Amino acid sequence: MKYIGASPRRLEDRPLLTGEGRYSADLNAPRQLHMRVVRSPVAFGRIVSIDTAQARRLPGVAAIWTFEDVRDIPPIDIRLTRVGGLEPYRQTVLARDYVRYVGDPVAVVFAEDPYIAEDAAELVLCEIEELPACVSALDEPGDFMPATLPGAKTEAAVVTKSYGDLAAAFEKAHAVVTLEVAVGRHTGVPLETRGALASFDPSTGILTMQGAAKVPHYNRDQVARMLDLPGDMVHFIQGHVGGGFGVRGELYPEDVLVCQAALHLKRPVKWVEDRHEHLLAANHSRDQLHRMRAAVDERGFILGLEDEIYTDQGGYVRTHGVTVSDLAAAMLPGPYVIPAYRATAHVRLTNKTPAGTYRAPGRYESTFARERMLDAIAARLGRDPIEVRRINLIPPERMPFDRGIDALGTRVVYDSGRYALLLDKLLAYLKYDDLKSQVAQRRSRGEKVGLGLAFFVEKSGLGPADKAVISIDADGKVEVVTGAASLGQGIETVMAQICAEVLDMPMERICVVHGRTDRIDYGMGAFASRVTVMTGCAVKAAAEALREKMRAAPPHAPVSAEGWFHADHMNYPYGIHAAVVRVDVETCGATVERYVVACDVGRAVNPMLVDGQLVGGAVQGIGGALFEEFIYDPAGQPLATTFADYLMPTAAEVPPIETLLTEDAPSPQNPMGVKGAGEGGINAAGAAIAAAVDDALGRPGAVTRLPITPLRLHRMLFGGG
Amino acid sequence: MKPAAFEYHAPTTVKALLDLLAAHGEDGKILAGGQSLVPVMNFRLARPPKLFDINGIAELDFLRSENQKLRIGALTRHAAFHRPVVEGPTGTLLADMARHIAHYPIRQRGTFAGSVAHADPASEWCLVLVTLDGEIVAKSASGERVIRAAEYFQGTFATALRPHELITEIRLPVLDASWRTGFYEFSRRAGDFALAMTAVALRREGAKIKDARVGIGGVEDRPFRCTAAEEILTRNGSLAEAAEAVSKAVKPLEDLHADAPYRRDLVRATTRRALERALA
Repeated sequence: MKYIGASPRRLEDRPLLTGEGRYSADLNAPRQLHMRVVRSPVAFGRIVSIDTAQARRLPGVAAIWTFEDVRDIPPIDIRLTRVGGLEPYRQTVLARDYVRYVGDPVAVVFAEDPYIAEDAAELVLCEIEELPACVSALDEPGDFMPATLPGAKTEAAVVTKSYGDLAAAFEKAHAVVTLEVAVGRHTGVPLETRGALASFDPSTGILTMQGAAKVPHYNRDQVARMLDLPGDMVHFIQGHVGGGFGVRGELYPEDVLVCQAALHLKRPVKWVEDRHEHLLAANHSRDQLHRMRAAVDERGFILGLEDEIYTDQGGYVRTHGVTVSDLAAAMLPGPYVIPAYRATAHVRLTNKTPAGTYRAPGRYESTFARERMLDAIAARLGRDPIEVRRINLIPPERMPFDRGIDALGTRVVYDSGRYALLLDKLLAYLKYDDLKSQVAQRRSRGEKVGLGLAFFVEKSGLGPADKAVISIDADGKVEVVTGAASLGQGIETVMAQICAEVLDMPMERICVVHGRTDRIDYGMGAFASRVTVMTGCAVKAAAEALREKMRAAPPHAPVSAEGWFHADHMNYPYGIHAAVVRVDVETCGATVERYVVACDVGRAVNPMLVDGQLVGGAVQGIGGALFEEFIYDPAGQPLATTFADYLMPTAAEVPPIETLLTEDAPSPQNPMGVKGAGEGGINAAGAAIAAAVDDALGRPGAVTRLPITPLRLHRMLFGGG
Repeated sequence: MKPAAFEYHAPTTVKALLDLLAAHGEDGKILAGGQSLVPVMNFRLARPPKLFDINGIAELDFLRSENQKLRIGALTRHAAFHRPVVEGPTGTLLADMARHIAHYPIRQRGTFAGSVAHADPASEWCLVLVTLDGEIVAKSASGERVIRAAEYFQGTFATALRPHELITEIRLPVLDASWRTGFYEFSRRAGDFALAMTAVALRREGAKIKDARVGIGGVEDRPFRCTAAEEILTRNGSLAEAAEAVSKAVKPLEDLHADAPYRRDLVRATTRRALERALA
């Protein structure tokens, strides 16, 4: 049966659509305590005292902890992109000596019900000696924790990537174009807030945490280490997950605290954050500024590109280390040749919520910067922005293309890509010449409407390896156990499709297990758009091994087989976003009239699900381009802490997202030719919308900052601010 | 977020409620739709020790047109106005404005009177009350009084209502066919609070405007009528002139989403567009 390339409906949807989903908040255990975090009300300060006496007296309060109670737990370590010198900047599970952002956990309450827990949390009195807050990554680095870590400055690291002869490029340039752009702080905001239920079974000695996501095996290993337990006595279980986007599933202080509490208080401990907390305490992202210089020839071909990047990473360095800056610097050149390049990324800590990886981390930002630069080059030379891009594109004969730098510990080598072909297909799909002239006609009648386009290269399929174990029982039912994790993306369906095609059986007979450290010993989880590639290929290998074994075994005999897939390079999907945006200059409202995502994923296992990823990503990308921003006042007080001020796009704010999915550049690096589809939908949204707004206003280079809010548009058009 | 503890009362008659208010009014809040009160309680920005749930008081649930007045009982939900509730310009104006109030599910519970009691500067109903010069009927254990819209709003979330008083009904004039109404609102997203909005009612005799009401909301700490604009319209000045007069007259609030210069420009646009819609 042919399943790869087909779009069967998802196997996992019935419980989700019939109210039988089991998310963290739905889980309960007998005698459970409820955990509530007491959070710093100030952005930066030295903790003088924390008085829990009054809170403890409240009936129903079982325990209250501060740093003293958890001082033996080491800080949360760095999972990705370790560079030397980050250790001092890690976050402890409760604030030690200093608070570094509004929301920083200073104490934690355990009570019989969540109402009492919240009442008690309010009675915990923190005396904090306030210090001046740093709210800009551009400020001169200051002291991270003056008395406790003297010498540790708030520039945690500088990441540099370079190749080629930049000096020569600038020397022979026909023109040098400089540009400064910035993306506003925002992040993925999953529909389900974070939560967990931890319980300890003294009869088996096993600690179980439900509500895991993203990287259950890694997090399990970390928590076991931090709480001094053998790894096989701790299990992390992922249930239904209401979205991740990079934000859910990293190891946070609260995850460690529920586990420690279950262990020590000898009762299950449940924690569910409210939305206000989520917006304060779950990773932020995207807060990045670029100062670029490009040396170009008369045609607009980029001879050399230099970029100074400032990433505002908030109060601490969390599990992803310097990943955002690393990827921004590595992926900035995108689909263009750019023979000489240097990016220097400053990882700066400020007194805001710690920032992490959010869908297309570093790439939404660097695509915005690079594509704005391409538009600036076109404007400077009086050339067409599409033609300028075309002459810079890496031609297909140069694939695989060694970028000359590395990212996430692997050398960046574009495995395949037919960039100019996709451009031609998109322009044909748009009927570009007609569209352009329609837009021009509307403008001549006074409307401010514009068309914008932006190219991107994504990365996916991060290794190093993945494993799958597949068994068939006497009734012919198949179970595929993977080390992947579900974020809602459809693993149970896609893996079943791959397995079903190899075994030549109906996919409904196949059950896929994921997110459980108690079912498989090796798992890398779901992030960096890796699952279709890595888990998919491991499943294929395991299914092929199983098929072999089945041929040798008696009919109906239960059989089991294992498969691995290894990769030491990522692979590189790519695409183009196009937007038509109208600006009402009287109200400064911007309306996205049309949005198209063109994307090549090598091979689509389930085109419907790929489409879903592209559409969802595009809507998030539009959110970051026009609506979403975490704003802070000069004292570091967050001003957008509810959905009244942090504006997520709704169905009314976005047009139907059109997708153009191609399979012209399968990956030569894996047997299915697949690349990941998780992040192509969001990557170039900021850039495409900005280009469309410039075009609408007839002002090249008008947009240098996201989000493009009515207030910013007003100042762009009429000055002030 | 969970609210702080409170005592819950659910009287079934107006008299029982008024007695509770007389004894405990300072200490309590009335719960009708709860679409503003409950979030505020969940954030613990308000911690009323007592909550008086009026949803069970059948006498408060009415909506009728009588003697050229639309009488809106305290339990009338926003959703009741989705379709015109009375023939003529008042019904049309209310239907135009209703669909800008938050979102459909919220409109099924939130009440007209509740919005008026809450007095958010960006409330559409507060704006229409002021624009049409409506009345608020307030009852207490010691009697009843009628408060004119022009004297009712005192600032953001501040009104002339006293702690032991209940709004039993709001009255709006039922305008006749010589009137034309128009409304225009700008917000960041569908359902968000207005950054600026204008409601207008114009009485015409032939081509001349004999009476004009120009109501502005979401711009200052309370809705208000711009008499300068109204005068321009009744002496048959242009719509642009009237809109400019509003822009000059306002002292705009500033917040995350809009500063004063932007709000001034915005209210010029909302005013002109409301007027154009009225005269279309």
